[in-house]
Amino acid sequence: MGTLNYRVVIFLFAFIFGVVFSIPTLIQSEEGKKITLGLDLQGGLHMLLSVKTEVALESKLKSTATSIKYVLEDEDIVFDDLKIDSDRVSFELLDEDDVTKVDKLLKDDFKGIVINKSGMSYTMTLSSKLAEETKKNAIDQAVDTIRNRLNMFGLAEPTVAKQGADKILVEVPGVKTAEEEQRIRALIAKAAHLQMMAVDEERANRVYSMSGEEAKQYGDIILNDVTNKDKRYLLYSVPILDGSMLTDAKVGYERKTNRPLINFSLDGQGSKIFADFTDKSVGKRMAVVLDNEVYTAPNIVQRIGGGHVQITGNFTPQEANDIAIALRSGSLLAPVQVEEKRSVGPSLGKDNIVASSIALAVGFILVVLFMVLYYGVAGVIANTALIANLFLILAIMSMFEATLTLPGMAGIVLTVGMAVDANVIINERIRELLHSGSSITKAIEQGYNNAFTAIWDANVTTLIAAVVLFAYGTGPIKGFSLTISIGILASMLTAILGTHGIYQYLLPKIDKNRLGFWFGIKKEKGAK
Amino acid sequence: MEVFKHNQAIIGFMKSAKKVGAFSAFMIIASLALLMTKGLNYGIDFAGGTIVQVQYEGKAPIDKVRDVLSKNKTYSTASVTFFGSDSEIAIRTKSTSKDVDVDLSDEVRNLLNGTGSFKIRGVDMVGPAVGDELRTQGLMAMLLSIIGILAYISFRFEWRFALASVMALIHDVTIALGALALFQIDVNLPILAAILTILGYSLNDTVIVFDRIREGIRSIKTTNLDEIIDESVTRTLSRTTLTSLTTFFVVLTLYLFGGEALKGFSFTLLVGVVVGTYSSIFVASPILMWLNFSVTGFREQEAKKAKREKEKEKMRAMYEQGSM
Repeated sequence: MGTLNYRVVIFLFAFIFGVVFSIPTLIQSEEGKKITLGLDLQGGLHMLLSVKTEVALESKLKSTATSIKYVLEDEDIVFDDLKIDSDRVSFELLDEDDVTKVDKLLKDDFKGIVINKSGMSYTMTLSSKLAEETKKNAIDQAVDTIRNRLNMFGLAEPTVAKQGADKILVEVPGVKTAEEEQRIRALIAKAAHLQMMAVDEERANRVYSMSGEEAKQYGDIILNDVTNKDKRYLLYSVPILDGSMLTDAKVGYERKTNRPLINFSLDGQGSKIFADFTDKSVGKRMAVVLDNEVYTAPNIVQRIGGGHVQITGNFTPQEANDIAIALRSGSLLAPVQVEEKRSVGPSLGKDNIVASSIALAVGFILVVLFMVLYYGVAGVIANTALIANLFLILAIMSMFEATLTLPGMAGIVLTVGMAVDANVIINERIRELLHSGSSITKAIEQGYNNAFTAIWDANVTTLIAAVVLFAYGTGPIKGFSLTISIGILASMLTAILGTHGIYQYLLPKIDKNRLGFWFGIKKEKGAK
Repeated sequence: MEVFKHNQAIIGFMKSAKKVGAFSAFMIIASLALLMTKGLNYGIDFAGGTIVQVQYEGKAPIDKVRDVLSKNKTYSTASVTFFGSDSEIAIRTKSTSKDVDVDLSDEVRNLLNGTGSFKIRGVDMVGPAVGDELRTQGLMAMLLSIIGILAYISFRFEWRFALASVMALIHDVTIALGALALFQIDVNLPILAAILTILGYSLNDTVIVFDRIREGIRSIKTTNLDEIIDESVTRTLSRTTLTSLTTFFVVLTLYLFGGEALKGFSFTLLVGVVVGTYSSIFVASPILMWLNFSVTGFREQEAKKAKREKEKEKMRAMYEQGSM
């Protein structure tokens, strides 16, 4: 046959490259780089979360107020009317002599706080820089916390990433049922704010007749029981200790009843506070409070050292497990909210794969048959290029471990229809030249020349649309523009360069008396 | 096989340009009227809302479901329709919820308890803020790609070619949008992708015809644009038809076999392929003529360009000689 030329060598190389690199994806091997299926194909939960950063700002303001109180009292400065009002803390000094001292204290100890003073009344707000920092911290902390929780939950490869300035993208593949999905969401949302609080035994018998306002006056707070919502506890609002002193939390089982419970350990400081408190409070009750619900409030029988505490409650093993995970991974500084959620069950994902694969197969067969019928061997050559193109799309996506989504599949199907376009243009040009009496060699060379600018310009315009779509698209739409773009670029290599090389390779074999076989040209009546 | 004879007589497309123009104008006005009266039916991606997809074992008790939901506050305005088969339903509502741990699908699951054995196969919820953002992004994407394409074609051809192709493009997109309004198809992200694909596809077709016209201007003796256009369009007719056919095949298979999720997407593309083919044959070239495109002017410009190139080369040669 003909001689090898550089075009056909490049094409063969690309073909082999395409086949080799798409093998891991096609046989779904353990090793090698593969295409990951999008959540719409394999099933899973996709959520875009936002963080209620205003809550983080509020608590920042609260802690500022607490430190002001502490500092002023420490210095024996008399003040009045310390209060938090939406985004500001204000107080009033009573002694004019304190003003300079206070000014200095505030300036030294409260970095990032903007101080407004009129006479002896002070108003303090967070500087915009500090506010931004606080917000950013809250979001970053939420990303870390949620990631920790999902990693501990045990499903394969969850993704938790910051998206844009203030959103969090959560993707959890392999969620099987709606119940499991709800469990995951509950785990994400759990504030996991653990507190140990003492029961106000003096007034405890009045708890059912007391209002929240009244409780506040005594420095108390009323909280409900987690299982029996009618049951209430009157607790001192300042906790004995909180979850920040926790080092570990594990699920265990009660010996007699075999009911699940949560064991947790406190750090050194926490253990000491806990031991001292229990020593002083024998005979009184202590409540374990999680996210403002009382889980258990046992009587303290003796001093508890060692810093090991148990939470009992009517948990299912799953609940106990999830609470332990949430406690271990720390609490959320600010609550999260759903902005967008897309959840696809595994059966729907499978249906999507089947449907789009059928469309791909049918579309492919139709196009391939059509090309052979219409163009003869020239059609076979175009089909070879098309097959190489498909392998190349798979190979390139595998190499970059790109994600294949349902719209991405649609993009591949569309590529099948559009990639042969280049060959249609070229073949039409070659036929035209053959009809006008050119030799085969000249018809092929000239045909490729004439067709090139049109194909190039047409592909570039489609590529412009695809790239813009990639830049502005979100999620699955990105998948569509990705496959279309790769398809177009690959078609330049396969449909233009590759087929050209094949023609050149086959050139000596092409019989000018059998143009019907080679190019699908009808024999003319009364040919020259 | 050959459908179009190589010695195909040149078809007088330009003679019927006025009639075709009237037809196109009618289609555009009808589309605009549809868009203004019926309007686009924005799906949850752009308008915000929730879709819960429920599959029953056996036929879905759709009346029972409607009945149960109508008594619930969140779902009283929800629409319940069969989805793809009669065992599957889609519940659509404008409501969304920001709660992470208990959301609208959990509520549906509780409400539907007792209507039969079912499972929730998919849930899509887009909050209003995200919907707005997606819509702005979609419009931006559309504008940017039109600008990009306009710039590219102006650079490769001439501004009249660019303008004519963009006008043909607007023609195609308007009619495709009109079809979406007529059939009240949910306009979601995949539809946006389809519209942008139409942009690319329709241009693809137009560019290939224009490329032939550009070639015709250089090689055909006459200065009569009508004749050049007629000949060029006739020459590209077989390619335009064949490519449209192959693309049409695959889009049709997507529509028929691609499943419910791709229905709207492939429908939009079907309309786009047909309209795009029509416009590249019948619409784009007449616009070129109406824009007072001058063959002699283009030739002069090309000659000037060639002359400039030559001069540059001469200068370069002289410069190189001088520096040697």
